Amino acid sequence: MMQRREFLKVLGVGAMASAVPGFASAAGKAQGRVVIVGAGYAGATAAKYLRLWGGDQLEIILVEKGTAFISCPLSNLVLGGSKRIGDLTFNYSGLDRYNIKRLYAEVSGIDAAQRKVYVGDGDFLEYDRLIIAPGIDFMYESLPMLEIASAQEVVPHAWKAGPQTVNLRKQLEAMPDGGVFLLSVPKAPYRCPPGPYERVSQVAFYLRNAKPKSKIIVLDANPEIVSKKGLFTKAWAELYPGMVDYRPNSQVVEVDVAARTVKTEFETVKADVLNVIPPQRAGRIAQQVGAANVDRRWCEVDFLTYESKAVPGIHIIGDSVSAALPKSAHMATSQAKVCASAITTLLAGDTPDPQPVFANTCYSFVSDKLAMHVAHVYRYDPAKKIMLPAEGGGVSDRPTELEGDYAQWWAKNIWSDVLS
Amino acid sequence: MKARFRMLVLLLFAPLPSLAVSEGGHQRVLAASCAACHGTNGNSVGGTPVLAGLDRSYFVLQMQAFRTGERSSTVMHTHAKGLTEEEIGLLAEYFSVEKRTASSSPKPLGDL
Repeated sequence: MMQRREFLKVLGVGAMASAVPGFASAAGKAQGRVVIVGAGYAGATAAKYLRLWGGDQLEIILVEKGTAFISCPLSNLVLGGSKRIGDLTFNYSGLDRYNIKRLYAEVSGIDAAQRKVYVGDGDFLEYDRLIIAPGIDFMYESLPMLEIASAQEVVPHAWKAGPQTVNLRKQLEAMPDGGVFLLSVPKAPYRCPPGPYERVSQVAFYLRNAKPKSKIIVLDANPEIVSKKGLFTKAWAELYPGMVDYRPNSQVVEVDVAARTVKTEFETVKADVLNVIPPQRAGRIAQQVGAANVDRRWCEVDFLTYESKAVPGIHIIGDSVSAALPKSAHMATSQAKVCASAITTLLAGDTPDPQPVFANTCYSFVSDKLAMHVAHVYRYDPAKKIMLPAEGGGVSDRPTELEGDYAQWWAKNIWSDVLS
Repeated sequence: MKARFRMLVLLLFAPLPSLAVSEGGHQRVLAASCAACHGTNGNSVGGTPVLAGLDRSYFVLQMQAFRTGERSSTVMHTHAKGLTEEEIGLLAEYFSVEKRTASSSPKPLGDL
């Protein structure tokens, strides 16, 4: 509470009231107010492009519970040892030039009918348009033993880059040579389709060099490798022969945290370092506001505006969206741009782009230097009303150092685009 | 070669893309998707070409060369093949009038 007041003072917004101070209704003063909840790749991009395309009169407020942006892309390299988490950690000061008001607070609820976002203990922000970009949440009802923080100390997911990524790296460093690293992959869809297999490659890279007698067991709930299958299979065989034991159709149904043992339908497997990535769904606030109407997990949106099909007036972007689009950082920024463009167009009384087109480029590292990509153009299909991949997309022939270099520059360019 | 030339002529001398296609921010959204690798408004921070300020016909020629494989690439051929001729024309026009600016990069904070 005090902390938030201090933040608000920093923002120059005075004493507490029922409306968050300094954020009283701006009716008549501006073209409109857009509140964005969540400042990951999607949310931060939306804020910046609303300013670029919406002009000076738009009031833009970005609400985020943490003050640090930690990139999930490249975070598997922390496990491999070629990056440190600090290389991937940024603040939001680069957005200052765009006059984006930032509120570091947790959103407690949304009143869609009254167009209010509640933060902390009951103060609210009014909005003309709301964008939520809450990323993913984990579905612990299927693995309740992993829900508490102390269990995640022992069995991290490390699927949101940050302290758990560092924890997992430390566990690998402490593992004896000849130990077993076990990765559990949830059923798709989940955040970053090739991510689990990149992780396997990064851990293998570290173990081959530091602890070559060690093994990696992959228990994949999917019937096969979800993304870049041929490329990963080949890379493991060539770079890390005999190290990776890949087991498809292996959904983890139980975890003995203390014993670092997992059960599938078929077997019980013990590990020295255990990394369980739980099944996922749209972030909490999307669930709470009733926007997760697909399997009670993901959010159905209008792909011309990213407005929720379930809750009018709320736009949803990024990993929470239900789509035949990969849950990637590039995709999150592309969705954010379509949404920002549509909102500025709507606020100006015009009709948004009837046929958005955007691209996705996604790199995976299989060692410290070798990387490969999957890339597609996606185009709105007016008949089906969804985004569909265009002809011509595809994957690399093989991982190369050149693509490793491009992948590093991809990160620098997208960080620049999102955060500065 | 003939077909390529014909397409080039079409792209270069066709009237500017109709408003019906460009309406509602179609062109800017299309162009903004390039930013993940080429920086905001085509002002790359490095590793990839700066697209801002590129001559329109040069842009179209390069995209054509990526399509045919005449210019080798790791990724660009997939994007060039996925885009329509009209979209390539819109991109060429968009970037040709963008100003080259000094790009900015956020500074990593280091381990906290």
